[in-house]
Amino acid sequence: MLAPNSRERLVVIGNGMAGCRAVEEIIARDPTRYSVTIFGAEPYVNYNRIMLSPVLAGEKSFDEIVINSAEWYAENGIELLSGDPVVSIDRVEKTVTARSGCTVGYDRLLIATGSDPFIIPVPGKDLPGVISFRDMKDVDTMLAAADAGGEAVVIGGGLLGLEAAHGLTLRGMKVTVIHLMPTLMERQLDEAAGWLLKTELERRGQTILTGADTAEIYGQGKVEGVRLKDGHEIPASLVVMAVGIRPSTALAREAGLAVGRGVQVDDHMVTSDPAILAVGECVEHDGNVYGLVAPLWEMCRALADGLVAEPSGYRGSVTSTKLKVSGIDVFSAGDFSGGDGAEDIVMRDAARGVYKRVIVKDDRIVGAVLYGDTADGNWYFDLLKKQEDISDLRDLLIFGQAFAQGGGQADPKAAVAALSDDAEICGCNGVSKGQVVASIGAGACSLDAVRATCKASASCGSCTGLVESLLTLTLGDEVQSGAKTLCKCTSFSHDDVRREIIAQALRSIPEVMQKLHWSTPDGCSSCRPALNYYLLCAWPGEYVDDQQSRFVNERMHANIQKDGTYSVVPRMWGGVTNPRELRAIADVVEKYNAPMVKVTGGQRLDIFGIKKDDLPAVWADLNAAGMVSGHAYGKALRTVKTCVGSEWCRFGTQDSTGLGVQTEKMTWGSWMPHKFKIAVSGCPRNCAEATIKDCGVVCVDSGYELHVGGNGGIKLRGTDLLCKVSTEQQALDYCAAFIQLYREEAWYLERTAPWIERVGIDYVRSRIVDDEIGREALTSRFLFSQNFSQDDPWAERAAGRDREQHAHLGEFRPLHAIAAE
Amino acid sequence: MMMTGDWIDIGAVAEIPQRGARTIKLGSTQAGLGEEIAIFRTGSDQIYALINRCPHKQGHLSQGIVHGEVVTCPLHNWRISLTTGRALGDDTGCVPTIPTRVDAGRVLISRIAMLATAAAA
Repeated sequence: MLAPNSRERLVVIGNGMAGCRAVEEIIARDPTRYSVTIFGAEPYVNYNRIMLSPVLAGEKSFDEIVINSAEWYAENGIELLSGDPVVSIDRVEKTVTARSGCTVGYDRLLIATGSDPFIIPVPGKDLPGVISFRDMKDVDTMLAAADAGGEAVVIGGGLLGLEAAHGLTLRGMKVTVIHLMPTLMERQLDEAAGWLLKTELERRGQTILTGADTAEIYGQGKVEGVRLKDGHEIPASLVVMAVGIRPSTALAREAGLAVGRGVQVDDHMVTSDPAILAVGECVEHDGNVYGLVAPLWEMCRALADGLVAEPSGYRGSVTSTKLKVSGIDVFSAGDFSGGDGAEDIVMRDAARGVYKRVIVKDDRIVGAVLYGDTADGNWYFDLLKKQEDISDLRDLLIFGQAFAQGGGQADPKAAVAALSDDAEICGCNGVSKGQVVASIGAGACSLDAVRATCKASASCGSCTGLVESLLTLTLGDEVQSGAKTLCKCTSFSHDDVRREIIAQALRSIPEVMQKLHWSTPDGCSSCRPALNYYLLCAWPGEYVDDQQSRFVNERMHANIQKDGTYSVVPRMWGGVTNPRELRAIADVVEKYNAPMVKVTGGQRLDIFGIKKDDLPAVWADLNAAGMVSGHAYGKALRTVKTCVGSEWCRFGTQDSTGLGVQTEKMTWGSWMPHKFKIAVSGCPRNCAEATIKDCGVVCVDSGYELHVGGNGGIKLRGTDLLCKVSTEQQALDYCAAFIQLYREEAWYLERTAPWIERVGIDYVRSRIVDDEIGREALTSRFLFSQNFSQDDPWAERAAGRDREQHAHLGEFRPLHAIAAE
Repeated sequence: MMMTGDWIDIGAVAEIPQRGARTIKLGSTQAGLGEEIAIFRTGSDQIYALINRCPHKQGHLSQGIVHGEVVTCPLHNWRISLTTGRALGDDTGCVPTIPTRVDAGRVLISRIAMLATAAAA
């Protein structure tokens, strides 16, 4: 091994996807050959530029799109000089100089400067508020503009422009897209798919002007609008220019390298100077320049092979495109312009908004355009790249891989198994099937592990299903489920779904299923109750509860027993009752022949054996004595158990009964991910057993200890001490904040105990104890949502609501053979 | 084709909630709850009728969550096919189905099957 100071010096200009990927490929082949210095113009580590759209749309954070963390640079001994663009190259002295004046010598230089946005030369193009969509700074500018609201114009209806428009629309701006050509994304889509796309975007509230030529951007001191050549004016406080990109070649040109449309390179990515290489969007190879991500991976492999291994050579790329606009699936690859000898195979399904077109020439696929259903995009693209003869498949080609190769039933696993090793699985990170299988073979046994090792599915996530299929194919039953999907109807996890409900402002179960690509028409008995809860939690007061997505107990507001009768538990605040309530309960037991009445573990009385038809009358009687639903049937606040406390007990330190009643008055009626139990004990003897509750208060002389995450069920778990507070009001506020954090972040049917074991008590403390502003916000969100959940459901039913839940549709008497309501 | 007289009108489709069910009580001289028929309406407005009794532990299927052409029993989450009455997945068992049809928004149920069910109850 060479000592670091005797290594060759490799200097990389450009800390983007191409530059860093090239370095990764080189290190993978020979980690000790070079000592590496990377110059970056932006003040960041390397992030995934194509994921800026999801950041703008609020679907990802910047941290989530980082490809190489600071640790990566450190672990590999790479010197990163970020925020300092290189301004000149001295090929004679073999040095580069950055804007700061820093000069570094090289043995090998790699130019990976990417491309610059093309700014159309119209008056007003330099006004403040006119930006491109190229880097994190542009995203920050757009987010700031969106915060102020108002109108935005996006010039350019290509991939980038539409993603910008989508993000700004989601952020609440009124967006107009100006596109010079007659159809959107005309370089990737044919007219039919372009029209479908335009219609869908207009339905989402964007204004799309095609065939529109920008004359000028106007405004006094800052942008105020855009004027078209036909005189039409569109007011705007933000103008995003996304009309195209150009290879960034200024440095190379000034250094005297051969430059055409891009920096010219040979098959090993070497420029006209043998000591200088170039890679990525800045290069021109064999007359072609590329503005997409996939060719970059292939270039970087060829470059590293040429530098430190067996030279392989880059042969140019065929590219495919996917639009990253949630809920709109668009795929395009190859040539769809038609021409001599080209034949079209087209399938349309207007009702589903599906359009598929495969272009065939000489029995080979030359292009494909898919809208609405892009599942077979990779398969068509694979056939296209390999130039396979499809004459045998032709009749069934348009129905996709499962039909064309496997007969009737679509089996996604068979489809994945049939893909070749070099078929691309993850377009965002350029990972082939072979690489995914290799990383699984090397010990990555879960989706998360695959994401961490080969980065497949780590960015936009659209290939998650493919990666999961590969895991199952390779490992069989040994797959470790990482982030568990919500249910078999979706590839999204609980966290994904909760995040998307907020990010995309999804407001009903059908909308969630549509936007998140549910694989079943109306879900299953696992996802429907979960979605109903997530929506209820996300949109308090707005979301209308779906009764048919409630488990029977929550739909009937009573607990179903094994014989089909129900048990009824009226609420007794803090476990305190009185003669009137007890008489009413006794009367109900006698009047409705309830076979049993029993004291529960939560200090309530449970009346058993009530028929569903009698429930409303039972509730009316209990209501008349002032009692409301005890929610003993719900994924909800159940009971607040108390001891007698300082009012009676010689050991009591505080009024635990009073605090328990106050707590129950505050929290009753709230729906939760799972059942939720509270207890308040008046002294550390803890007679109310507060330390096995979801939230327990133990009173001490100096205040109140707050304990969370206990469970007395199947798996006994003592609580963790959250913190100690000094007043009753604080105890109530912290309790509300904790409940709201649990409501907003736990998975449906996850009790507080496993939730806290999953996220860690330190995390909960950081949100509730350390972050005062955050805690107050949680408390107020909880109290706000309680405005809509403290109507007694029993009173509503007793008054006649949902009467059909308690009545037969009819009765059938064999003798009369009639049905009567 | 059967005569209209072979079908009994038990109510309007609209009286059954989408992805839900209602019940028909079988009049019986015996005491107790008697047998019930569960009439299901799916998300795509198909109507099915099953005996309201899960083959597992007699749970009331009418109270289950209806998804696709399946109902999940409220007691232990067995999944029962609405079209065949058979338990799905790893569970085995079957509940009798009763022929239904829909005519002009009314739900009709087979008289013969109802008589047979009542006799067996």
